Amino acid sequence: MSDTIKTSELDLAFRDEVFEEPGAEKITLCFNCTGCASGCPMTEQEGQYNIRKFLRMANLGMKDELLNDPYIWYCTTCYKCQERCPQGVPNVDALLKIRTIAVHNGIMLPAHKKVGQIVVKLGHAVPINDDTKEKRKALGLDEVPPTVHRFPDALNEVKKLLQIAGFDKIVAEKEEKK
Amino acid sequence: MSKLSFFLGCIAPNRYPGIEISTKKVMEKLGVELEDLEGASCCPAPGVFRSFDKTTWLSLASRNITLSEEMGDDLLTICNGCYGSLTDANHMLKEDADLKEEVNKMLSEVGHEFKGTQDVRHIIEYLFREIGVEKIKQAITNPIDLKVAVHYGCHLVKPSKERHLGSTENPTFFDELVEATGATSVDYEDKMACCGAGGGARTAVIDTTLKLVDNKLEHMVAAGVDCVVDACPFCHLQLDVGQTEIKTKFNKEYGMPVLHYSQLLGLAMGFTPEELGIDLNFVDNSKFIEKIRGGAK
Repeated sequence: MSDTIKTSELDLAFRDEVFEEPGAEKITLCFNCTGCASGCPMTEQEGQYNIRKFLRMANLGMKDELLNDPYIWYCTTCYKCQERCPQGVPNVDALLKIRTIAVHNGIMLPAHKKVGQIVVKLGHAVPINDDTKEKRKALGLDEVPPTVHRFPDALNEVKKLLQIAGFDKIVAEKEEKK
Repeated sequence: MSKLSFFLGCIAPNRYPGIEISTKKVMEKLGVELEDLEGASCCPAPGVFRSFDKTTWLSLASRNITLSEEMGDDLLTICNGCYGSLTDANHMLKEDADLKEEVNKMLSEVGHEFKGTQDVRHIIEYLFREIGVEKIKQAITNPIDLKVAVHYGCHLVKPSKERHLGSTENPTFFDELVEATGATSVDYEDKMACCGAGGGARTAVIDTTLKLVDNKLEHMVAAGVDCVVDACPFCHLQLDVGQTEIKTKFNKEYGMPVLHYSQLLGLAMGFTPEELGIDLNFVDNSKFIEKIRGGAK
C-alpha cells in the first residue's frame, strides 16, 4: 500500500470511463459525511470495505490499485448507502461500473467465473439438482421446472444471446497472457 | 380474473419449490390466474451479471420480459433479485430508445422484440397494491397465531426511484400483509439490514456474508419470534442454508424456521405445511410444524 498518491500514476481516462455510469460523476460533490460507510452492513463486518474510498479512488484515476482491490467484490448491493447519500451519489451503480471495468480488464474472481459458466451452459445461475427434483415430486410439481431447463429451444436462445453479447468469452477459462 | 405470467427465476424452482407451489395455491384462492412463463431463464442475477457486463445482463433480462409481453401479461416475480433485475431493466429499456434499439438488435437474432408494453410485479407489492390487505383478510380461514420477524430484503424497496413503495428505512406494507394473516410482526434491531447474499457477495466471500445473516438471526432471536417471513428465495436461502453453515463454521445453532410470505399466507388459507413445502427447508422445521398444528386446531 502506498501512502503517497503519485499523480504520474493516475489514469484520468479510467475516471471518465467510470463516469459513463449515469450520476457517477456526483462523487465529486462528496463532502465526506461518511453516511455511506457508517451505515454499511458490510463495513460493519469488514472495515477494509469502504465504498466511499473506492469512489474517491475512481475519481482520482487510481485504476490499477482500485481494480485489483479484493474488497470491490464485497458489496451486497443493498443500496442503503445510495438511498442515504445527501449528494445523490449512485454509489452502488458506480461500484458495479468499476467491477465491469475490472471484468473487462480480465480481473474476475474464480467463483464468479464459475457462476457465469453455469449460466452459459444451463441458463440458470442456480440449476436444478437431484435433491430438488425429489422435493418437486413430493409437492406434486413436475420434476423439471418449465424454464430453460425444460425447453431446449429456449436454452439455445439464451446461449445465442450470451454469444452475441460476448459473455461466453468473458467467463471462458483462458491461458494467462504474458 | 386478473392474469399474470409467472416468472420462477432460479432458486425457487431449483432449491425451494415450496415457494413456487405456495404462490400458485394462494394466488388461485385470491382469483389471480398464473400462467407459467415457459422457457424463461435466470433473470439474470443483478449484482453478479450487471457487475460483469451490462449488455449481457440486459440481453437476458429483456428476453425474459419479452416472453411476458408475447403472452400479453404483466410478469410476476417472487424474488427480490429477479424483481431488481427485471424491473430495472424494464425501466431502462422503456426510457432509453438507443438502448432499446441496441437490445432489440440482439433479440431479433433469437426471434424476439422488446416493446415495453408490460410491467414487472413483485408478489408482495402486487398483493399490497392490487389485492389489498382487506381482501386478503377476507380470504383467511385459519388465522395464524405466531410472532414473526419480517425480512423485507433489499431489492424489494431499493433503489427507491424505481419502486415507489415509500420509506426504505421504515416501510410497513409487508408487515401489514403479514398481520393480515393473524400473525404479529415483531420489531427487531436492524430490521431492514441486508441478509448478505446479494451482489455476488455470497459467492465471493461467503464467510463474511454469514456474519451479516448471523447478526440478523441474533436480533430475531432476541425479539422472541417464532419464525422469519421473507419475500425472496435468495434471502430465504441465506437465512435457511446460512444457519447450517453458521452451525458448521461458528458452532452456533438457531433452528429458526424460515418461510416465504406465500407459505405463511398458504397456512392461513388452510393449506397444510407439507402442501406448502414448509417441511422442505434445510433447517429442520418439525417442531415448528408441530406448534402450528397445535395452534391451528
